[in-house]
Amino acid sequence: MLAWTIYLSFAGALACLLTPRANPRATRAVALGTALAGLFCGLAGAIQFKPVNGLEVITRVRWIPALGIDFSLAADGISVTLVLLTGIAALAGVLFSWNVERRTNEFFAFFFALIGGVYGVFLSLDLFLLFVFYEIAIVPKYFLIAIWGSTRRDYAAMKLALYSFIGSGMVLIGMLAAYAVSGLASFDLQALAQHSFAPEFQRWAFPLVFVGFAILAGMWPFHTWAPTGHSAAPTAASMLLAGVVMKLGAYGCLRVAMTLFPEGLKMWQHELAALAVTGIVYGALVALVQKDFKFVIGYSSVSHMGFVLLGLVTLNEVGWSGAVLQMFSHGVIAGLLFAVVGRMVYDRTHTRDLDALEGMGLTRAMPFASVTFVIAGFASMGMPGFSGFIAELQVLIGAWQAFPKLALLAGVGIVIGVVYTLKTTATVFFSDKPAPAEPHDLDHPLEPITVPERLGAALLIFCTVVVGLHPRLLLDIIVPSFKSPLFDGLRKVAGL
Amino acid sequence: MSSLPLISILTFLPLVGAALVFGVDRERRQLARGLTLAVNILALALVAALWVNSNPADGGMQFTERHVWIPTLGIEYHVALDGLGLVMLMLAALVIPMAVLASERVRENVPLYCGLFLFLQGGLFGAFTALNFFHWFLFWELSLIPAFFLIKLWGGPQRSEAALQFFVYTMVGSIALLLAFLALFLATGTFDFLKLAELARTKALGPAVDAKFAWLGLGAGKAYLLLFVGALLGFAVKVPLWPFHTWLPLTYAEAPTPVSMALTGVMSKLGVYGFVRLLLPIFPEPMQALLTPLLWLAVATIVLSAFAALAQRDLKRILAYSSINHLGYCLLGVFAAASATGTALDRTAALNGVVLQMFNHGITASLLFCFVAFLEDRSEGARGLDDFGGLRKVAPVFCGLMGLALFSSLGLPGLNGFIGEFLIFKGVFPLVPWAAVLALPGLLVTAIFILTVIQKVWCGPLNEKWARFPDLTYNEGAVVFPATLLMFALGIWPQFIIAVINPTVVQWVRQLPF
Repeated sequence: MLAWTIYLSFAGALACLLTPRANPRATRAVALGTALAGLFCGLAGAIQFKPVNGLEVITRVRWIPALGIDFSLAADGISVTLVLLTGIAALAGVLFSWNVERRTNEFFAFFFALIGGVYGVFLSLDLFLLFVFYEIAIVPKYFLIAIWGSTRRDYAAMKLALYSFIGSGMVLIGMLAAYAVSGLASFDLQALAQHSFAPEFQRWAFPLVFVGFAILAGMWPFHTWAPTGHSAAPTAASMLLAGVVMKLGAYGCLRVAMTLFPEGLKMWQHELAALAVTGIVYGALVALVQKDFKFVIGYSSVSHMGFVLLGLVTLNEVGWSGAVLQMFSHGVIAGLLFAVVGRMVYDRTHTRDLDALEGMGLTRAMPFASVTFVIAGFASMGMPGFSGFIAELQVLIGAWQAFPKLALLAGVGIVIGVVYTLKTTATVFFSDKPAPAEPHDLDHPLEPITVPERLGAALLIFCTVVVGLHPRLLLDIIVPSFKSPLFDGLRKVAGL
Repeated sequence: MSSLPLISILTFLPLVGAALVFGVDRERRQLARGLTLAVNILALALVAALWVNSNPADGGMQFTERHVWIPTLGIEYHVALDGLGLVMLMLAALVIPMAVLASERVRENVPLYCGLFLFLQGGLFGAFTALNFFHWFLFWELSLIPAFFLIKLWGGPQRSEAALQFFVYTMVGSIALLLAFLALFLATGTFDFLKLAELARTKALGPAVDAKFAWLGLGAGKAYLLLFVGALLGFAVKVPLWPFHTWLPLTYAEAPTPVSMALTGVMSKLGVYGFVRLLLPIFPEPMQALLTPLLWLAVATIVLSAFAALAQRDLKRILAYSSINHLGYCLLGVFAAASATGTALDRTAALNGVVLQMFNHGITASLLFCFVAFLEDRSEGARGLDDFGGLRKVAPVFCGLMGLALFSSLGLPGLNGFIGEFLIFKGVFPLVPWAAVLALPGLLVTAIFILTVIQKVWCGPLNEKWARFPDLTYNEGAVVFPATLLMFALGIWPQFIIAVINPTVVQWVRQLPF
């Protein structure tokens, strides 16, 4: 069932491309159908999901036998969680792209090509296959930003593509080296994970692959593509970028770098944790001084993804499950934030400048948007009751165990997060400043919030609240994953 | 009756009510108010039912509800009530409707305003009954959200600054608290307050924490001490304890007055509640180790805030500093109970006094802010100490009733304020005589500033501007009269509350490891 998410998305991409350009309605219908079908498959797969020892192989077909490359898909709780996230993000993305009028068919074709690639990465068991899907996901991102983007879109698209390619280059080198050194003549992740590489090899291969993936996860100091990319991208693309594409990076770190080279993680654990915490604090501080609404959210993503990376390198199960939950949670919350900023506010006011927005009295003009943003803001700052809290809580527990001093610093990052979120909310939606005297193009009433927007916002809010109040829905499938043979090496190194 | 999950119903009732009230049309103010009060009355009835059905002789936890929530993290849905919880619930159930009734002046977006009050009440009910850290923290933080918006949207001229300052200060404390409890969880594998207290009682908690953080090389007891300081910070900001009080005067002054009632009446009690429910039972040894500096801070809180109140010219700021002062006595009592020497009887007296003082201060302080709200209604927002004068002649009932509340705040015997402070001093004196002596000037200065208020506002020549100052209306009287009666009742017959809290306090004292 889960594998169908991939096939359906690519089929949907093709179908969208084939719909007539003059008829965006048809395209939208196809897109909505594809997104719903993908989410349905993900949900059905998640419900049926009963792995024997943590990992369930879905398909395994010989692909290039000479090189030991298989088309093999498998799922554990981590994949299932992220597949669900992708399904939710895709559906929300379609709902928030309802107003795309220009080249609608191509837009959704790229959109679903990206989604298909993402599903593929999350479900691949073969390293080569994973890499192929990973590359597939990069290309549509470039076009989505370069064609449908806003401010400085060429620059942003190029920057994002270059960063991604540098990262994949590093991953590719590490991957080929692992293939050659292991002598297994196989790209099967499970086989590679059970092979113990020499510590000397792991010492350089691990950081290469980890950082290669972490670039896409927005790890400081390689994060600069993220805010620019998020801001320039059209709403749906920034939702996907922050919501799922950054997770590809984090997923790669966990699934490839950490399982293949567990001892390398042990060697570099403290350096990486320091980078992660720097990202948390630095991202929050920079978000505090931004003048562009989308940049605030962009840097907040860097900060929140820092929690994912911190959780991954704690080398304990609480930290790992916290990191995975944080991937899900941030995907949903960042999607919601970008939806408000990009779709609800920017598409209507045509400005993202905080000073300009301050004078518009948006809470009166758009009560729905302001309520949504308030909820998303509280979720993002880690209020208990939303998914972000339980995720960051676990990461902090893990960090306390592994590096107490850094846990304190991460706590500082949370406080700064509260400050910038509240300040931004207050500035944009609850400003005391009277509307400026000079006539502004806002004198005409803003177009009301449409039904698809309401549905999309409701979907995302529902997800963050349900997971926040009943995290067992996901934790019960995430935690057993760490018992699978893929994690044998990691568990041994961690002493679990 | 006991089979019903009364506490859960009580917690979720205001939250559901809030959702309903949010949905009311903006223009239908009376409907929103009416609905809110109906929910408040229902909640009060539920608390009364809990009060009546509780067994006062049993000091332990009653009405326990326990469900699995997130087993991998030791998180349970665990709520129960003892005497302290019951008294706090009663306070929250009384003060919030008073605040809603005092909000006649609020005209803008009444449904949102009333809904936020209900939301706040739900948060408070949850926080006063939760016995698992995760669950408790959820409600503790949840109660911040409505308070933030109530200040931000309906406050005075500096409301944005005040709301942000209030939220961020509390948040800094909360994160320190969170980190401390996460560390405790790592060391013990539980978030349950009762289990943690049990570990502390058997002196197993300190070594467990030390063992977990041994590789930090801090030395015996130091890690435990560090966690205590983190947790302390969270509550010290909330109560507040000097020097963490700087957010409070601005917040109380800028918040709409009914919100100040709720803030000082119940929300500040969340902080004291934390000291009594969490810090004393879970960190008794670190508290004892830091006793002297803590007592100094409590004394500073009491004395400095009294002097600060003396220097203020704004009635709300005077009441704000007076709140700091009164809750300082509570902290003095809690700290003194951790003293190394002393009898169980003295500790019991001090802690009984603390809980009584929490309740009494909640009633009295919110009543005082309520009077200020009525005053502002008449004076179009003026509330300076020097703006009035001679009001006694034109509004005798108003002045008489407010005078009673002021005298209660001053600690006049026969009114409720006296008995709590008396018990605290009765306990603290034998436990740590020097702190009690040093705190005494606070009482004196309090008397001075309260009498100054009475003199400047009520007495002297009538300020001609207020020659037509209307006296208390029947509606207003209906709000303040029950509270005034309660002040008398508790002053004359405190046994009503002591009967509920004493068994609980006796049990706490028995469970202290020294």
